[in-house]
Amino acid sequence: MKQKLTSLLSVGALALGASLAPASAAEAVKVGVLHSLSGTMAISETSLRDVLLFAFDEINAKGGVLGKKIEPVVVDGASDWPLFAEKAKQLLEQDKVSVTFGCWTSVSRKSVLPVYEKNNGLLFYPVQYEGEEESKNVAYTAEAVNQQATPAVDYYLAEGKKKFYLLGSDYVYPQTTNLVLLEYLLSKGVKLENIGGGFRKDGSGKIISAGKYTPFGHTDYQQIIAEIKQFAASGDACVISTLNGDTNVPFFKEYAAAGLTAETCPVVSFSISEDEFRGLPAKQLVGQLGCWTYFQSIDTPANKKFVADFQAWLKKSNVPGLVKEGRVTCSPMVLSYVGVYLWKAAVEKAGSFDVDKVRAAWKSGISFNGPGGKVTTQPNMHLTKNVFIGETKADGQFKIVKSFQNVYGEPWLKGKFQAK
Amino acid sequence: MSAPTVRRYELIAVTVIALLLIVVVPLLNANGVISHFDLSRYGKYLCYALLAISVDLLWGYTGLLSLGQALFFTLGGYMHGMYLMRMIGELGQYKKPIPDFLVFLGWERLPAFWEPFASFPFAMAMVILVPGLVAYVFGYLAFRSRIKGVYFSILTQALTYAASIMFFRNNLLLGGNNGFTDFKFILGHSLADPATSRWLYIATAVAVLLAFLFCRWLSKTKFGLVQQAIRDGENRVLFSGYATAHFKLFIFVVAALLAAIGGALYTPQVGIINPGEMQADKSLEAVVWVAVGGRGTLLGPIIGAFSINYLKSWATTAFPDLWLLILGGLFVLVVLFLPGGIVSLPARLKAAWQKLAARSARKDRDSPPAPDSASAKS
Repeated sequence: MKQKLTSLLSVGALALGASLAPASAAEAVKVGVLHSLSGTMAISETSLRDVLLFAFDEINAKGGVLGKKIEPVVVDGASDWPLFAEKAKQLLEQDKVSVTFGCWTSVSRKSVLPVYEKNNGLLFYPVQYEGEEESKNVAYTAEAVNQQATPAVDYYLAEGKKKFYLLGSDYVYPQTTNLVLLEYLLSKGVKLENIGGGFRKDGSGKIISAGKYTPFGHTDYQQIIAEIKQFAASGDACVISTLNGDTNVPFFKEYAAAGLTAETCPVVSFSISEDEFRGLPAKQLVGQLGCWTYFQSIDTPANKKFVADFQAWLKKSNVPGLVKEGRVTCSPMVLSYVGVYLWKAAVEKAGSFDVDKVRAAWKSGISFNGPGGKVTTQPNMHLTKNVFIGETKADGQFKIVKSFQNVYGEPWLKGKFQAK
Repeated sequence: MSAPTVRRYELIAVTVIALLLIVVVPLLNANGVISHFDLSRYGKYLCYALLAISVDLLWGYTGLLSLGQALFFTLGGYMHGMYLMRMIGELGQYKKPIPDFLVFLGWERLPAFWEPFASFPFAMAMVILVPGLVAYVFGYLAFRSRIKGVYFSILTQALTYAASIMFFRNNLLLGGNNGFTDFKFILGHSLADPATSRWLYIATAVAVLLAFLFCRWLSKTKFGLVQQAIRDGENRVLFSGYATAHFKLFIFVVAALLAAIGGALYTPQVGIINPGEMQADKSLEAVVWVAVGGRGTLLGPIIGAFSINYLKSWATTAFPDLWLLILGGLFVLVVLFLPGGIVSLPARLKAAWQKLAARSARKDRDSPPAPDSASAKS
C-alpha cells in the first residue's frame, strides 16, 4: 500500500511541477547545488553551499543572468556516493537545471559523471583533484596537480631542499599526485634515493606507486615519523603530504612530539585550507606550508571586498542551519564562487543557457577577476589561475611567501615530465 | 484475529504489492507516467529491500543481529561490477582495453584474476560463490566458537570494517576508494537505454518476490521452526539434541547470498560500487529499515527499506539540513510507540478500535441501572 501511495504522490508531484513550470520559467533559471550537507563530508561541503548561495544572491541583486533570477535547487548528497548519482539524475531529469555546482571528493564526481554525460548536463567542480580526466560535461575550476603540487616542489627546490618524502592517504588523488611528483622530481635532477616513502614496482621493475600511504582514519604515525626523522637527518629534506582530513591531527601531533619543525623539515599539505582549521588545531602546524590558488590573506581590494561581503551576507542570511560564527574563506569556496561568475559570463557571451553553447563560450576563453586574481577558462575545460604558497599562522590563516602568476591547468601530467 | 484471516490478508497484500511492483510500475514507466528517474530510484530501493530481508532473516527469525550484512551486499556488487568494468571496453577515459584505474596504477595488461570476468555467467557464479564462501568461513568459525549475542554483532561489524579498509587500498586492484563506475553495457545492451533500466528494475522486483516467497516457505518448514526456536531459547534447542551451530551457519550463508544478489542488481542500477558501501553505517542503516518496517515479519523489511529510502530521497531535497534528525526521530518514535514496526500498524489500529468499541459497548451496558432493561431500551 505504501508503494501505491508513494507512486500516486509522485504522479501528483509531477503534475504539480508541470503546471508550475511555465509560470516560473519566464523569470527564473534553475541552478543545482549538489553537496553533502550531512555525513562525513558535510563539514567541508556545507561551506561551498553557503558561498554558492551568497554568489546567487549577489547576482540576483544585480538583475540575475540574462534577465532571469537564479533559482537554486539545493540537494544533499549526504556523503553517500550512490545518492550523489541519484541526486544528479533528479537535478537533470526532473528539475531540469541549467547547470550544477557540486561535488568535493573524486568518488562523488566519478559517481555523477556518467549521469552528466548521458544527459549532456554541465557540472562545475571546485576542489583540487588528481587530473587524468577531461569530460566535456564538467567545468573543472579545481586546482590540477600542476597548480598545487609541482609549484610546491619548485618552491622547495628554490629553498635548497634536496630530499623529498612523499606521504598520503591511500586513494586516487595522493597516488596519482605522487606518481606525477616522482617524474617531476626526477626531471629536476633529484636522485631516486633522495625520494622517500618507498616505491612499489611491477614485475618488469617499473614503479607503479611512489610514497608512503596510510588508510583513512589512521592514527598511529610513530613509525612513519621515525622514518622521516632519519630521512631528514641531513637537514635538507622536506615532506609533501597528501594526507586527508582527520588523519592530519595525529600526524602533526606526533611530528611536533618527535622534535621535527618547519625549520628542520617543513611539510607542505595540499588538503588543509583555512576552512579545515575550523576543526584542526593550527598551533601544531605553525610554519608548515600550504599551497592553493587562493588564501584569505591575499591583500587586494577585490579579496577584501569579497571577504567583507561574505561576512555581511552570513549575518543577514536566514538559510536554515547556516553557521554564522568563526567563518573563513578558502580556495574551494573561492573556486565555487568564481565558477558561478564564469558560468554567468559564459551564458551572457553565448546569449543562451544551452549547455553546448555555454561550453563553446567557456572554450573560447573567458576571464574573470576574482578574489584570488584573474582566472581564465581554457579549451580543456580547466582554468588558468594564480598559485600561492603560504606559511601557517597560529590563527589558522596563511602568510603568503611565494606566488606564481597565470598557471595553466593541465589535467594530463603522467608521462609529461622526462628525467634528464 | 484468527490465523487463517491473517494468512488471507497477507496473501492479498502480497499479491497486490507484487502486481503493482512487477507489472503496473514498469507499464506506467513505459507510458511515461512514472519517470525514468523515479523508476531507477525504485529499483535501488528494491535492492535495499533484499538487503533488509537478509538482515531480518538473521535478526528477526534467528536472533542473530548481524551488523555486517552490507559486506555481502557490496561483495555481490563488486563481483557484478567486475563484469561491467570489462564491458566498458576501450570507452574509458584512457581509451585503453583495461579499466581506467589499472591504467593509472601503471598496468599495461589485465591482471590474471580479472580475465574470466568478461564472462557474464562466470561473474554471476562469483556473485554467489565469493560472498557465500566468506559467510561460510566466518560463520563456521564464529558459530563453532559459540559466539552469540552482542559479541556476534561486534564481530560482524569488525569484519565489514576490516573489509572496507582492505577494499580502500589500491593494491587490491579493485579500484580503491573510487571503486567501479562509468559502466556502459550489460549483456550487449546500453545502460543509458531506458528499456535496459526497466528490465533491470523488473529483474529486481522479481528477485525480491522470490526471496520473499523462499523465506516464507523456509519459515514454515521444520527447519524454520528450529530456526525460530534458536531465537527464542538456544540452549533448550541445543539440549534437545539439535546442532544449533549448523542451523545458524546455514541461515547465515543463505542471508549472505540474498544480500549478495541485492548488491549484484544494485551495481548496474546506481552506476557505482565502492568500499563506502561496506562501511559500518550502511549495515546499521539496514537494521533501522528492518526495525521500522517490522522485525520478524517478511513484509516488514521490504516496507521499511522502501519507505525509509523514499523518505531519505525526499528529505535530502526538501530538508537537506534536517533529514538525519527526521530519520533519527522516526526511529526513536517507532521503537517507543510501535515496537512491531509499520506492518503492525493495521493490527494495532484494529486492536485500538476494538478496545474503543468494547469500552463504548461497556458504557452502553453499564449506564442503565438494571442490565435487563437494556434490551427493552434498544
